[in-house]
Amino acid sequence: MLAVVDTGCANLASVGFAFERLGARSIITKDADIIRSADHVILPGVGAMPYAMQALRTRGLVEVLQNLTQPLMGICLGMQMLFSGSEEGGAKGLGLLKGRIEQMDTGDLPSPHMGWNTLENISDDDPLMAGINQGDYVYFVHSYAAEISENTLASSTYGHPFSAIVRRDNIYGCQFHPERSGKVGAQILANFLKVKP
Amino acid sequence: MLARRIIPCLDVREGRVVKGVQFRGHEDVGGITELAQKYRDAGADELVFYDITASVDDRTIGLDWIRRVSALLDIPFCVAGGIKSVAQARARLEAGADKISVNSPALIRPDLINELSAAFGRQCIVVGIDSFDDGGTYKVKSHTGAANATRDTGRATLDWVEEVIERGAGEIVLNCMNKDGVRTGYDIKQLQTVRAICNVPLIASGGAGTAAHFEDVFKQANVDGALAASVFHKNILPIPKLKADLKSKGIEIRI
Repeated sequence: MLAVVDTGCANLASVGFAFERLGARSIITKDADIIRSADHVILPGVGAMPYAMQALRTRGLVEVLQNLTQPLMGICLGMQMLFSGSEEGGAKGLGLLKGRIEQMDTGDLPSPHMGWNTLENISDDDPLMAGINQGDYVYFVHSYAAEISENTLASSTYGHPFSAIVRRDNIYGCQFHPERSGKVGAQILANFLKVKP
Repeated sequence: MLARRIIPCLDVREGRVVKGVQFRGHEDVGGITELAQKYRDAGADELVFYDITASVDDRTIGLDWIRRVSALLDIPFCVAGGIKSVAQARARLEAGADKISVNSPALIRPDLINELSAAFGRQCIVVGIDSFDDGGTYKVKSHTGAANATRDTGRATLDWVEEVIERGAGEIVLNCMNKDGVRTGYDIKQLQTVRAICNVPLIASGGAGTAAHFEDVFKQANVDGALAASVFHKNILPIPKLKADLKSKGIEIRI
């Protein structure tokens, strides 16, 4: 069973629907026991990091998420929350991934970074990237991002390169919205479900 | 590279998709989920649903169809129509809409934009602007869903664009009213003028008739996306062919 963490943010339904389309059972929950016993956990998020982290603290879920051993995937703001902190409101994150989220330097380009952009420099030895090719498009909406690091499985570029997909051990993150990224996004979610708990 | 977006716009009235010419005389063009699926399959990058009567009838859009569309679609979609409060917006986002677009209610109470942006982040707050070219001066109109309800707002388009960005809009859809539904090309001059002061994503709307019109608006007005309705509803311009044409002209397009 897959648990979608109820972070109080607004896009929970669409994340749940994406797994329904894959034929997977999911439950949207803020119950610590259900999250701990799930085979896979999704941490969704939209909005601002300080509010989202506060929502996790209010629900008593910070330590629960920090101690999960099954595959955990953060999506968009959910990915940013996996890091140690963010420039956005000086928010502290879950600290599961090293590094700090910073505002994107987009120069003369419009901000937020919104739309379909390509995946680049795809790690070819990670099962999460099975069937995903250089130049595949995924849907982004964000104005903060993680820089490229040893945990980057794929990057994308808007003004500067940034981490599009990250992984360290059981911790995964997608800066884009796989639930709204067509067949490519569905493939990534399907690959995630195949990761053994 | 970030792709330019092709965005079919579905005007919704009483649970059906309709289309008029210059905001008048609407005809039925199909069911909501049926058309949503058709455009997704054809390669649309995003969909916008406008409940065109919501502001006029002083009500807000239903939620059931948003849920059905969200369950069906694996591309983003935006809903618009009579959203006047954070609570109304939250209900739509929770039903599965990715973005919400406000137009007339923001003109009546501009603080709505600040409130929505603070509650959900600017990335899901779109402001639609119905702009009328009054002899070279661009003016904002409101309540354009019905011809006899359309009002002058006394606002200049360029001032309103700057104000909504300042207030927290994450994207602007500029509907050039003189061009709506007539398929003679986007209003390049007006879009260039707005682009010059718009540092959030800008979507062109009104006037698409041929692939060349899309090419022009991307190359000349540098917009992030182009919205169209009648050319898609009437099958004048099939999306796969349009996208292939644009890509062959050197425009970054998701195929």
